[in-house]
Amino acid sequence: MSNPQATPAQRTALHSAHLAAGARMVDFAGWDMPVNYGSQIEEHHAVRRDAGMFDVSHMLALDLTGAGATGFLRSLLANDVARLKTPGKALYSCMLNPEGGVIDDLIVYRFADDDYRIVVNAGTADKDLAWMRGHIAATGANVTLESRRDLAMIAVQGPNALARAAQAIPELAAATVPAPFSASRLGDLFIGRTGYTGEDGIEVALPNERAVALWDALRAAGVAPCGLGARDTLRLEAGMNLYGQDMDETVSPLDVGLAWTIDLRDEARGFVGKAALLAHGEHKAFLGLVLEDRGVLRAHMKVATASGAGETTSGSFAPSLEKSIAFARLPAGTEAGETVQVDVRGKALAARTVKLPFVRNGKALV
Amino acid sequence: MSNIPAELKYTASHEWVRVEADGTLTVGVTDHAQEALGDVVFLELPEAGRQTAAGDAVAVIESVKAASDIYAPVAGEVIESNQAAVDAPESVNADAYAAWLFKLRPDNAADLGSLLDAAGYAAAIA
Repeated sequence: MSNPQATPAQRTALHSAHLAAGARMVDFAGWDMPVNYGSQIEEHHAVRRDAGMFDVSHMLALDLTGAGATGFLRSLLANDVARLKTPGKALYSCMLNPEGGVIDDLIVYRFADDDYRIVVNAGTADKDLAWMRGHIAATGANVTLESRRDLAMIAVQGPNALARAAQAIPELAAATVPAPFSASRLGDLFIGRTGYTGEDGIEVALPNERAVALWDALRAAGVAPCGLGARDTLRLEAGMNLYGQDMDETVSPLDVGLAWTIDLRDEARGFVGKAALLAHGEHKAFLGLVLEDRGVLRAHMKVATASGAGETTSGSFAPSLEKSIAFARLPAGTEAGETVQVDVRGKALAARTVKLPFVRNGKALV
Repeated sequence: MSNIPAELKYTASHEWVRVEADGTLTVGVTDHAQEALGDVVFLELPEAGRQTAAGDAVAVIESVKAASDIYAPVAGEVIESNQAAVDAPESVNADAYAAWLFKLRPDNAADLGSLLDAAGYAAAIA
């Protein structure tokens, strides 16, 4: 975490709009961000049942262009951008170090073989840029990497997100909405049909100077402002990992449920971390826990299973389930449907293992 | 601004204390505390009959964000816990001074002198 005394927290283009809306602000990865505006449970429900929006301008957009872009990304990322056939199609991937640990998880959108947009986490943005630039220098790739701090980003999420966003964004109303997990460029708007909540919705990137007007228009269209608190319970229910909490540079993606993002189909493709991943294999089962006793699961609680010990990586109260849930790294071979004991503040409480996600498109799956 | 009723006593750890006519104490968490905690989703309250020293962690309050201990304001015996609050933890957010958590019979009435008054608590959280 950053030290606010040493470095003043950075502010997004929407900072004053958050204060005006009565947000409680917290330091998040060096940024002064809204954690909630009122009840974070109400914000969570707004996204599951209607539409909510998040300022995600602290995340960093990067533009990668040039004749070498596709080859560069195929060697940089554990997932394979060669999967992306249609313009605007998105891919979730880990960026690994040579030891097979996760430097960051990111989304990459392909517009053409020489034209990509990448969105990385806020807390890792500087490290990611340095890593990518180092890899460009090392490979001599014919690419240009541009950091886009001139852009704000707003995620609009929920079953009514598209309809409400169309009221607020004239360009969107007039255009074909991008297909799920794809993006379009509409003038100076970038609209990706992606998100971090398990609901339908879009993520809009636009020039900082237009951000407040869009935020206000979305509010007028009935989209509820939501903070990082609701974002965390939504992503947890949706079974989506949080970088720095569920994984980091010391953790293999194979041990945190991300084997599906490691593309080994093209055996000729080398990528950073591949050899280490193949040598390491999968050591841990990564499952959801649903607490059956009363209490609240949190990160880093010890879990006792029939086949050994494990640990939770994220945990909270799940507003859509009205139960406490967690992600847990458990001994390999642990399966869904087992009962385990979690050490919750010194008490052994019973929890049931489940497949992720817990909730998708407003429906409980556990 | 948080609400700090003048007729109550307070601790620096954000409990409020009402001195009842029979000398027993009713204890809850302050409006400032519920605001900082955010949505409360779980309460674990002490059993009646529990003997406690001043400052003992006797209860747990968990919001979506985090777990926090609740401390006995003075030494005494727990005489009752509020099951209605356990069943509806969100009542702490709705009205922190109505959603009492437990009642305590103090060992020494003189110990109440260690508690803050409303002005003292307002200064402590300023």
